[in-house]
Amino acid sequence: MTNQAMAVRTSGRPGKVTTLGLGLLLPGTVLILWQTLGHYGEISEMLFPTPYTIAESFVTLAASGDLWPNFRISLVRALSGFLLGGGLGLLLGILVGLFRRSEKLLDPSLQMIRMIPSLAVVPLFILWFGIGEESKVLLIAKGAFFPLYINTFMGIRGVDNKLFEVSRVLGFSPIKQVVRLVLPAALPNIILGVRLSLGLSWLGLVVAELIASTSGIGYMMSDARQFADTPVVFVGIIIFAIAGLVSDSIVRYIERRLLRWQDNYRG
Amino acid sequence: MEEALLSISNLNKRFESTGGHVQALYNVDLHVQEGEFITVIGPSGCGKSTLLRIVAGLDNGYTGSVTLGGTEIGGPGIDKGFIFQEHRLFPWLTVEKNIASDLPLGNKEIRRKVDELINLVKLNGFEKSYPRELSGGMAQRVAIARALLRNPKILLLDEPFGALDAFTRAHMQTVLLDIWRANKTTMIFVTHDIDEAVFLGNRVVILEPRPGKIRKIVPVDLPYPRKKTTSSFQELRLKVLNYFEKVDELELIDGAGI
Repeated sequence: MTNQAMAVRTSGRPGKVTTLGLGLLLPGTVLILWQTLGHYGEISEMLFPTPYTIAESFVTLAASGDLWPNFRISLVRALSGFLLGGGLGLLLGILVGLFRRSEKLLDPSLQMIRMIPSLAVVPLFILWFGIGEESKVLLIAKGAFFPLYINTFMGIRGVDNKLFEVSRVLGFSPIKQVVRLVLPAALPNIILGVRLSLGLSWLGLVVAELIASTSGIGYMMSDARQFADTPVVFVGIIIFAIAGLVSDSIVRYIERRLLRWQDNYRG
Repeated sequence: MEEALLSISNLNKRFESTGGHVQALYNVDLHVQEGEFITVIGPSGCGKSTLLRIVAGLDNGYTGSVTLGGTEIGGPGIDKGFIFQEHRLFPWLTVEKNIASDLPLGNKEIRRKVDELINLVKLNGFEKSYPRELSGGMAQRVAIARALLRNPKILLLDEPFGALDAFTRAHMQTVLLDIWRANKTTMIFVTHDIDEAVFLGNRVVILEPRPGKIRKIVPVDLPYPRKKTTSSFQELRLKVLNYFEKVDELELIDGAGI
């Protein structure tokens, strides 16, 4: 408690212990309630296996060696989809943001593609690319493309014109203008785009793996559903939740490092 | 007469808008010698900022001629340093990187010059600070150092101390005069503060609005460093103020018709 008191005194903001405590309060309460109700048979063990049963199932899966290869293949899919879609989104976002002509050329078509639901193109992707890795990675890439594209575009268009004037007075070359002015100024938006794209990559992964797959966490889950092995479904959900949280935390850590210069309200 | 560094001849500039046009500058003639410190003063809307922006190459579409070192102003460039009213530093760069901006700090020569300038504008110890950590006066000093690093032929300052409090402003005026005497950079300084104009300039250019034109150029032959409390300073200040009041009266008559 002294830790907490000190943190409060020095910064006037919640300390680390308090923050962690606040974050764990809600899930902790739910878990305890869940376990207790399940233990006394108040809720169906079939639909809501207790946290303890789920943990047991997790250990069994990990010990049997089923979990890790499935997780690895899912991770590879999500990351390659993210890198492909997000990378393209960043590139086209820069292009469209910088040049009005490329905006006129590309943006309407891209907005059209954006409006097509991912699920609607699944049959087409399977017809074109089969149920191999290509169709999954492309499906994830489609989802990851747009947040980065739109946010990069918006970030570039939001660069303060006054700073452009400065770059002209200081005689920046066009390349320096992009590298030293446009990209750093758009960075807060670009990082937001990265976070949203990463989230959508995990989302796309689940869609892809639940529909047509013979490996991965999503496959493990749909397989378990057929055998009514509810704890395994819960294990899958928890793994996705944790993977999403970890990847988001990594980006947020990078964001804090890169955007130290920002002078914004911090709550 | 010696060839002027900056020659402005018969300069006219109009802004077209939907409701007609505004004559921002009308037949402006001004010749600035190398090493001179010119202050430009006038009420708002007299075109003083427009004049400065044309010299900087930021505004065009004028008629007449503006030459720097014998060549017509083509566009903005590092031979014309420009200080804006706001500091306009890059918020993501530290003080030293802001001064260097597009030039590599790894280069020994640039590193040495940047350190020298940090010394000159008295920002030692703040090299690694970000703009948000600086006061208004400090940030403006960084902006001045950033312009000076490029060795401009002329430094154009557009009400650079307008947003500062009176004490910081007086301090910045002294700092700027020190820089001017150390570097002998030619300066054009736009302000709406009569004290500031008389304190800094070799000559004070008084502009009047609608259409923006030069009313009078008042030479200030007081030795530097000047003291604002001396009677000779006050005399000159009154002289400038007198021209100003005539401008004001005109404006009042103008305004009465509306």
